[in-house]
Amino acid sequence: MCGIAGLFLKDEKHGKALGSMLAEMLAVLSDRGPDSAGFAVYGKPLAGRVKLTLRAAEEGYDFEALAGRLAAQLPGEIDLLTRATHAVVTVPEAARPQAEAWLRQAAPEVSLFASGRAMEVYKEVGLPRAVSARFDLPAMTGSHAVGHTRMATESAVTTAGAHPFSTGPDQCLVHNGSLSNHCALRRSLAREGFTVETDNDSEVAAAYLTWQMGRGLNLGAALKAALQDLDGFYTFVVGTERGFGVLRDPIACKPAVLAETDDYVAFGSEYRALAGLPGIEAARVWEPEPATVYFWERA
Amino acid sequence: MSLVDLATTPLRELNAALHQLPPDTNNTQWTIRNPRGQHAIAVGIDAPIAVEIEGHVGYYCAGMNQQASVTIRGNAGVGLAENMMSGEVRVTGDASQAAGATAQGGTLVIGGNASARCGISLKGADIIVQGNVGHMSAFMAQAGNLVVLGDAGEALGDSLYEACLYVRGKVASLGADCIEKAMTEAHRAKLAALLTKAGLNGAVDPAAFRRYGSARRLYHFKVDNVSAY
Repeated sequence: MCGIAGLFLKDEKHGKALGSMLAEMLAVLSDRGPDSAGFAVYGKPLAGRVKLTLRAAEEGYDFEALAGRLAAQLPGEIDLLTRATHAVVTVPEAARPQAEAWLRQAAPEVSLFASGRAMEVYKEVGLPRAVSARFDLPAMTGSHAVGHTRMATESAVTTAGAHPFSTGPDQCLVHNGSLSNHCALRRSLAREGFTVETDNDSEVAAAYLTWQMGRGLNLGAALKAALQDLDGFYTFVVGTERGFGVLRDPIACKPAVLAETDDYVAFGSEYRALAGLPGIEAARVWEPEPATVYFWERA
Repeated sequence: MSLVDLATTPLRELNAALHQLPPDTNNTQWTIRNPRGQHAIAVGIDAPIAVEIEGHVGYYCAGMNQQASVTIRGNAGVGLAENMMSGEVRVTGDASQAAGATAQGGTLVIGGNASARCGISLKGADIIVQGNVGHMSAFMAQAGNLVVLGDAGEALGDSLYEACLYVRGKVASLGADCIEKAMTEAHRAKLAALLTKAGLNGAVDPAAFRRYGSARRLYHFKVDNVSAY
């Protein structure tokens, strides 16, 4: 099953409520995905700095000490924000490759979930409402956000298998469905130099889009290419630093509802997830067509 | 008249109240507020009542309906009026996948578009869609009518039995064993009656439709194939 929620704000009006709106949508989608939940929240892009989202196995991990050790390796300042099992470490943009390499080598007990100028990613095993509360999602602000509630089918119920998956800077993907050619695609991506970290089929789709965008396609064009290369069932919602996209497989196997007002675009696996949004009564509400790319980008 | 606000009344309470109505009930007008996309609203009614739902509904709304006239002012989720036996279900907006699936009787009127597999395994009901229908609509439909004022998606009427399909717009493709058939005066009269049922009499010209049905090659046993069994 699985549930997906997504919000793309067209202006500043609801920016402060972004987290609380998404948290409510995810809570409604609990019965589509009670195993784990996760979300990516896009704040204002930083100038010259990037955020690295890290996750430790246990709450109480000493992220302060880790950040201290990392700071000693890098030029410039480091900021640290700890939320439960996760921490967001902000480093100078130029030092990102060095920071990521050092973390992978010196702190293998910590997973590096995501990096980007605007995006933070949080995910854990547990009921969506509990996961949102643990990371204080209702207080988060920003321009767009993507969330997922998971009912596991293709790989185990673990935090590593929770969505969203991020395989490139400020890029994330959530997936409802199951891919049938993810093993072959994983091998082709490996030949292109892409390592997919988990055995999850959805991460392969994320890496595929990262690969296409790395070749110069924008998100909309990358999603269009996915229609040719991905086989299986999927409803994807994808975020980039400035973009928000939706794609369903050609037989529309998994549910999807879009709503649009002057202020926002919202995605829900079911309308129920959208029912609490401000102004939804007057929104245009429709079911996205199969094999059709829906894509919004801020100027 | 009964007014039920689903923001304060549990859905099971509403459905239980609808199920307890006797056939000669005087409580024939029901209004349901704040459906907020909940599933299985007004499912299993068997009484000659009118139900108005003000807002979008979730899956299986008005499923198994008998006698009742259910109107949804909004969109409907998957499986609207699934297995309806009689009565009438109207949605002013769009319906998601499998609207009217297996419906055996009654009338389903969709004011907007219907998604994939509209009227799948239809068994005798009449479905009138004022917008478009998605792919695989009327898949394995056995009896009844599907009228589409807009366009039909891929594989219309795949593996069709004896249901009649009328489409005014473009058909992306016909499914296995579904063919276009001649539109005679008798068919135009039948279609006019269906349009009247949907409240579209006079507004839509039956002559603008094309008719599709089963070629009957798929479901008859061919003796040439006996060795395959």
